[in-house]
Amino acid sequence: MILSQRLNRRFEEVRSRGEAALIGYIMTGEPQLERTLEYIRAMEAGGIDVLELGVPFTDPVADGPILQAAHARALRQSATVHTALQTVRELRKGSELPVLLMTYYNPVFKLGEESFARRCSEAGVDGVIIPDLPIEEAASWVNQARKYGLARIFFVTPETDTERVKKICEYASGFLYLVSRYGTTGMNETVAPTAIPLIERVRPLLPEDLRLAVGFGFSTRAQIETVVRAKVDGVIVGSALAARIAAGASPEALADYVRELKAGTRL
Amino acid sequence: MVAKAPIKQSPTKLSELPQEGHWGEFGGQFVPEILLPALKELGRAYREISVRFDFQSELKALRADYGGRPTPLYFAKRLTEYAGGARIFLKREDLVHGGAHSLNNALGQALLARAMGKRRVIAETGAGQHGVATAMACAVLGLSAEIYMGARDIERQRMNVQRMKLLGATVHPVTSGSQTLKDAISEALRDWVTNVPTTYYLIGSVVGPHPYPMIVRDFQRVIGDEIKGQLLRREQRLPDLLVACVGGGSNALGTFFPFVNDEKVQFLGAEATGAASLSHGSVGVLHGAKTFVLQDEHGAIRETHSVAAGLDYPAVGPEHALYKKLGRGEYVPVSDAEALEGFRLLARLEGILPALEAAHAVYAGVQRAKRMKRDALVVITLSGRGDKDLETVLDYDTQPTSEQAL
Repeated sequence: MILSQRLNRRFEEVRSRGEAALIGYIMTGEPQLERTLEYIRAMEAGGIDVLELGVPFTDPVADGPILQAAHARALRQSATVHTALQTVRELRKGSELPVLLMTYYNPVFKLGEESFARRCSEAGVDGVIIPDLPIEEAASWVNQARKYGLARIFFVTPETDTERVKKICEYASGFLYLVSRYGTTGMNETVAPTAIPLIERVRPLLPEDLRLAVGFGFSTRAQIETVVRAKVDGVIVGSALAARIAAGASPEALADYVRELKAGTRL
Repeated sequence: MVAKAPIKQSPTKLSELPQEGHWGEFGGQFVPEILLPALKELGRAYREISVRFDFQSELKALRADYGGRPTPLYFAKRLTEYAGGARIFLKREDLVHGGAHSLNNALGQALLARAMGKRRVIAETGAGQHGVATAMACAVLGLSAEIYMGARDIERQRMNVQRMKLLGATVHPVTSGSQTLKDAISEALRDWVTNVPTTYYLIGSVVGPHPYPMIVRDFQRVIGDEIKGQLLRREQRLPDLLVACVGGGSNALGTFFPFVNDEKVQFLGAEATGAASLSHGSVGVLHGAKTFVLQDEHGAIRETHSVAAGLDYPAVGPEHALYKKLGRGEYVPVSDAEALEGFRLLARLEGILPALEAAHAVYAGVQRAKRMKRDALVVITLSGRGDKDLETVLDYDTQPTSEQAL
């Protein structure tokens, strides 16, 4: 199995332009099942460099109220991991946008790690983020992800000490997902005081082939500029996009918002 | 085989479990990365602090003088006559201060929180008993308590909500999902993710990520340890069958665990039919642990229903999952109507109003005792008292059941 290099290539392209990557999130089935692709294309047109596609779960413990509501809406429309994979297959017909699936572990476990990894790979998924799968529980998943060429995105938080960061780097590929602050997903007005010290602490520990992306709380261009100045390779925006979709934003309006955020990654 | 007090604790081969947080394939730490350092710190603190003499003696004194332990082991003569089979004993956890076994765990963990220097304690509650016990333990130890409780449970367990407030706790209603225990745990985890440096999460059952299932089991094993001592003194023998209700499974595991290597002692867990993770579920991951879970084909967690809020949970402690898999424990579903029958039986025959949770165990235990020999011994753990459920029971009696409606 040849490793999918879409994600790494995209990070290189972005870096060669002197930018950081904008990683944008949408929940499968938002705003309606048949319109998700339209919104993904709008986000791509607006300038996201990587897509994070959510798989709904009944008990999303790492998510704040905005994404909890997105999970609930998606479940009401019967969106599943299969819906997400179908969305990626459709997207792949005309796009090389790197796609990361963001899913809680139980849907992966229920399908079987290998079956899930194979289906992801066949659909054109580039990597997987599992917010309730710490490295302690990830050995078999890492093997499957390796086998099927999927990036293994793990989290590093303000609570993660140096020794543990190094250990996480051994499990991870693609990028490390820095959690900028304490708490669940959600929007903040400013960059949390924990963010910059975390970035500065982790950067020297990174192996050469691993990038650094930061998320949790980002919703403005100014916030993105602040962390890009601190030299991150990517910034992840989730709740802010989900909130706009939930409020009825058109694809064009969402693309405009993404354009504004993307401008913050160019310094 | 005449054994006299003092009673030695049984050698517990299985007590060496969990290995690295796993009971066989079950258990684990499936939680967001931000909680892993806190779980490791908790495991370390528990190993170091809980074995210290001052910790043990303070816990023992609080359990005795504040909590009312040891609780009686009562021979239920009229219930035994009714069943016409095995002799039935009741372990009276309903007589623990607060009205349920919950205080055993809450006191232990609140002492641990204080020793770790955490002044803010959060907890989830279903029936409200764990919330009340946590509020009591925090009051007596000078800690602040915030309790997450599903809005639906707040509605049906109003008295316990008032008790928590009077005991100085803050109660946060949870309006997400099914608005029951499952969602209260999710919300407590979200609070912990946000406040992990200052906050101790005092989980109420043998569920959640390692080391919680082990810690809660260890603080609840006092139930089974006492049963063993009391029965050996009184009957000079071990029981043939232990019966307890299972939601998350803490009173059941506390009852069973000290007998785990006494192979002739059988375990019977009574689940609510509408929330029977072990009887009807499949292996999955919820709230940090791999265990039996009620879920659909895509891994979405199913909503549950039980007349007993404390059993209304779609998963179960991982150690029960292992007992089930190994055949060490047997788990049976008990319907709402059957639990109500257990409630009425105990009220009229023994003058005890059990909690609706415990009424499931009463029903299952009586059914089983009927088929056992007269010299057999059955112990049913009464996890709590029924005052909190009076409204529910009275409402249930005035509504036609589905069978009656036909």
